[in-house]
Amino acid sequence: MAGAKQVLLTPLFEDNPIALQILGVCSALAVTTQLSVTLVMCVALTLVTAFSNLFISMIRNHMPSSIRIIVQMTIIASLVIAVDQFLQAFAFEISKNLSVFVGLIITNCIVMGRAEAFAMKNPPGISFLDGIGNGMGYSIVLISVACIRELFGSGSLLGYEILPLIENGGWYQGNGLMLLSPSAFFIIGFLIWGLRSVRKEQIEVREFRIAPQSKNEGAF
Amino acid sequence: MGLRRVLDDIEPHFKKGGKYEAWFALFEAVDTLFYTPNKVTLAQPHVRDGIDLKRIMITVWVAAFFPMFYGMYNLGFQANSAIAAMALEGSGDWHEPFIALLAGHNPASLWDNTWFGVVHYMPIYLVVFLVGGFWEVLFAMKRGHEINEGFFVTSILFTLIVPPDIPLWQAALGISFGIVVGKEVFGGTGKNFLNPALTGRAFLFFAYAPQMSGDAVWTAVDGFSGATPLGQIAAEGLPAIAAATGRELTWLNAFFGQMQGSIGETSTLAILLGACLLLITRIASWRIMLGVFLGMCATATLFNTIGSDTNAAFATPWYWHFVLGGFAFGMVFMATDPVSAAMTNTGKWIFGGLIGFMIVLIRVVNPAYPEGTMLAILFANLFAPLIDYFVVKANINRRRARGVL
Repeated sequence: MAGAKQVLLTPLFEDNPIALQILGVCSALAVTTQLSVTLVMCVALTLVTAFSNLFISMIRNHMPSSIRIIVQMTIIASLVIAVDQFLQAFAFEISKNLSVFVGLIITNCIVMGRAEAFAMKNPPGISFLDGIGNGMGYSIVLISVACIRELFGSGSLLGYEILPLIENGGWYQGNGLMLLSPSAFFIIGFLIWGLRSVRKEQIEVREFRIAPQSKNEGAF
Repeated sequence: MGLRRVLDDIEPHFKKGGKYEAWFALFEAVDTLFYTPNKVTLAQPHVRDGIDLKRIMITVWVAAFFPMFYGMYNLGFQANSAIAAMALEGSGDWHEPFIALLAGHNPASLWDNTWFGVVHYMPIYLVVFLVGGFWEVLFAMKRGHEINEGFFVTSILFTLIVPPDIPLWQAALGISFGIVVGKEVFGGTGKNFLNPALTGRAFLFFAYAPQMSGDAVWTAVDGFSGATPLGQIAAEGLPAIAAATGRELTWLNAFFGQMQGSIGETSTLAILLGACLLLITRIASWRIMLGVFLGMCATATLFNTIGSDTNAAFATPWYWHFVLGGFAFGMVFMATDPVSAAMTNTGKWIFGGLIGFMIVLIRVVNPAYPEGTMLAILFANLFAPLIDYFVVKANINRRRARGVL
């Protein structure tokens, strides 16, 4: 089915939730210092988005429009609690690292955004795929950011040392900025810049242009 | 004139449709380096004045020579003193063969000290200039704007605010960040809202915090350590100040710049000479400078009056704030950057006052950072457009109330 493939793959680069829709940036700043933590977060978010899309889409025709946000929130919150409990039971260390950010998936703009924009208008199957697709789009950006941050910040990937640090007798000096949240802003900015120089159709129209005030000829 | 003819002859190749169209920015840069830009304004007002962006920037560049030359001498003097005090053979890194080529390590010799400084300063400046220039030219070619003399200023100011013992790769990283993220992503000179040199310095400050935060001294000698005057003030208050070489640091010493620090920031006197040049030529705004100074004095005095039993830095008087750390350099060269500062006259007072206030606030109250000039100026840069907005609005409202509009 061409539609399904499109729904699944468009959010990766053409309509990336972070790079183009600029949704879910808050968690992208917070959970990307270590790749392992990021991976868990990506899986959690993808599952929550997919299943919330699925369930919301199932009952979309029975929801009174005036209370739909509350109903959506209830579904999303239940899913997030399930994920949180699962992590606490089976991956306690990572759960501690993620701290509040698992709980904050509830407020992640991507989940709500896809529920409102897609699941409310489309049947369950395709909505589920849309959730997976957007979760993957989110994951691609997050994993790229986390790779850069962990590699240049602490010289390792997934905890394995790639660039030996000076403190451990190597040659690489860790870049402290990479361990601070603002670095994710810069990296996401650079990723968006790179993406838009490949896909020029994503460049927004300028709000105004500065007219030239001088020209380079005619002086004497 | 031979050169003019050569340039005119090859010009068509660089114009649109020519062979080397992509290199036009570079051609233009060479042309305007030798000759006055062939430029006319299209819209009013037509200002008839020899002062253009090029001359403004070159004047700032020349003004920065005062702290630069003193900085080179002082860098060598501090390092040679440290070498003498520790009875070492030399500075202990790759600079040593170059120093030994022409000079020794006698801290009393003007030549020895200056040469030591030149050998340490020039590689940093060269790297900053080449790496920064690379980005500048790259963006000029890709984005189609001119290579700007503003880069001369950015490069020299950046070099003057880094520590003398900075590894060259860090200097390269810092200036790359400053030029690309601080300036070029917003469209080049004139469109940046942050001071590019300070942006690059801030990158280093956060990325390599243990070396860069300014609580331990920077001297170009391996194995030398000590606390900076501001670090000592933050820890134990004013009476504890002693230059890390063991000599007492008097106010006059600090004013003349006989202490360790970033290359160009130590001597308040040399910086004030540069300030004179900038003020006489009316390149820099005296309102901003005075605003920073008064803001600093007022805040320092306020903290003196409040007093504190636990934080000894509260008692630091304004004349010590004035001569220590990067205050003078920031006030004269960084805060007055016409692009990132406030534009309106009232706004310049507020902008300057905010910087002065923030510098003292960070120095005295923030326990993590002994020095706050860089952060204070960047902070005020962010507020400059907002300050201007309110000043303009206030003016409109005042005139409206008067019934003029």
